[in-house]
Amino acid sequence: MLRIDDLRVNYGGIEAVKGVTFEVPEGEIVTLIGANGAGKSTTLRAIAGLVKPASGRIHLQAEDITGLSPDRIVSKGITLVPEGRHVFPDLTVLENLKIGAYLRTDSLEDDIKWVYDLFPRLKERSWQAAGTLSGGEQQMLAVGRALMSRPKIMMMDEPSLGLAPLVVKGIFEIIKEINRQGVTILLIEQNANMALHTADTAYVLETGRLTMSGTGKELLNDEAVKKAYLG
Amino acid sequence: MEFFISTLLFGISVGGQYALIAIGYTMVYGILRLINFAHGDVFMVAGLMGIYLTSSLGAYLSPTTILVSLILVLVLTVLLGFLIERVAYKPLRTAPRMSVMISAIGVSYLLQNTATYVTGGQPMTYPAIPFLSDTITVAGTPIKWVVILTPFLVVILVVALTQLINHTKVGMAMRAVAKDFETSQLMGIKINSVISTTFVIGSALAALGSMLYFTTYQAVTPTAGAMPGLKAFVAAVFGGIGSIPGAVIGAFLIGICENFVKVLPFEGATTFVDAFTFALLIIVLVFKPTGLFGEKATDKV
Repeated sequence: MLRIDDLRVNYGGIEAVKGVTFEVPEGEIVTLIGANGAGKSTTLRAIAGLVKPASGRIHLQAEDITGLSPDRIVSKGITLVPEGRHVFPDLTVLENLKIGAYLRTDSLEDDIKWVYDLFPRLKERSWQAAGTLSGGEQQMLAVGRALMSRPKIMMMDEPSLGLAPLVVKGIFEIIKEINRQGVTILLIEQNANMALHTADTAYVLETGRLTMSGTGKELLNDEAVKKAYLG
Repeated sequence: MEFFISTLLFGISVGGQYALIAIGYTMVYGILRLINFAHGDVFMVAGLMGIYLTSSLGAYLSPTTILVSLILVLVLTVLLGFLIERVAYKPLRTAPRMSVMISAIGVSYLLQNTATYVTGGQPMTYPAIPFLSDTITVAGTPIKWVVILTPFLVVILVVALTQLINHTKVGMAMRAVAKDFETSQLMGIKINSVISTTFVIGSALAALGSMLYFTTYQAVTPTAGAMPGLKAFVAAVFGGIGSIPGAVIGAFLIGICENFVKVLPFEGATTFVDAFTFALLIIVLVFKPTGLFGEKATDKV
């Protein structure tokens, strides 16, 4: 569904992504794992249109979407849940959801209900300013907000970052549920254990290059991966 | 007593005019963290356009031509504000903030110098606007209608603007962009068009402010925007820069204080009135560094 060909991205004067090629098949959960600074975030940011790739192509189905502006990417059906959640703290929970649907002009009611069904906690706090939510609730809101654009592919940058283990478990349950409902997921994580348990397909990224790929299970049982990422 | 009432009326009126300019400063700061030094000069250019358009359209006294020219002033000022942003600020979006500020100072001088070139540096007289320039007698003092009407108009505009920001989609986008450029982009918001909208609103209010201000004080010189612009900027800082209600309340307070200082019974009160305004700002900032309604000083990440 999403195909990345020989993607190279410069970030802060260095080549952060050095020719990465991979595919995200429709309906799957795909994960990129790797250490801090391996180029995971930069890859997602390039797909989302926040940074322009130096070279390489990004295709969504048959369409070349390389270098499109972020709003065009969103309108094509790709959304990114940013690292650190970045909900809008002064906007209410409901406003945060509405702004996730910024480009839509149709009725939002059904989707707001959908998100509230996925995250009943958000419904309770609908009128609260998002800044008053706990970390886990903010992560739920960031995911809910991304879903409001009705994405084909939802990319997630470190959804487990800074959250308690139990909360992380809950978030990954929801990711699987969202995937079951038809949204393709591209996930990057430092929490490799959790990510590999969840993913259908997994890639390992090391200093800007892909070094390994396989199903989540295969990589979980791989000695090198165990040693480097599963401690 | 009569003296008190007329001083208060003048204070409220000029305060309202400062408020219309101050909103432009505070909104642009809220979104770009930029002090748009050219804003006061946009206000001055709007004044000059008022003069040239009414005279080129002919009859000074026909209400229709005046109305048409005022609408043109509004449209052209908005266009000017939009172009300034696109030409002088947008290319510097990722540059350090100081560079954008220098660009703003450059635009300010460009507008002032152009005005000097066009007018020859002579003060020009703003046309009398029917009704607004007519006088009535309040508490024994003849006062122009504009003085009475300004505060009402300002309150209506501010309420409308607050509704726009708090209850419309574009307002929501403005609040989002003010907080976080990148995440706003991820929502599909085109930040450049939101920024342009901010400049359009600010310039439109400056144009309206110029009509009210120059109807009261009729001389328009190339530097006529500098002092009201500076006072409006002070009002915005005073109220807490980034906050619209803060800017409006700050502007009214400054307008009122200024007019009362002018009539204090000691020699030189009129001369020192501007120094007083800035002293007031310093005192407020000593006790409340973020201004009356300012958000806590958090750096944009």
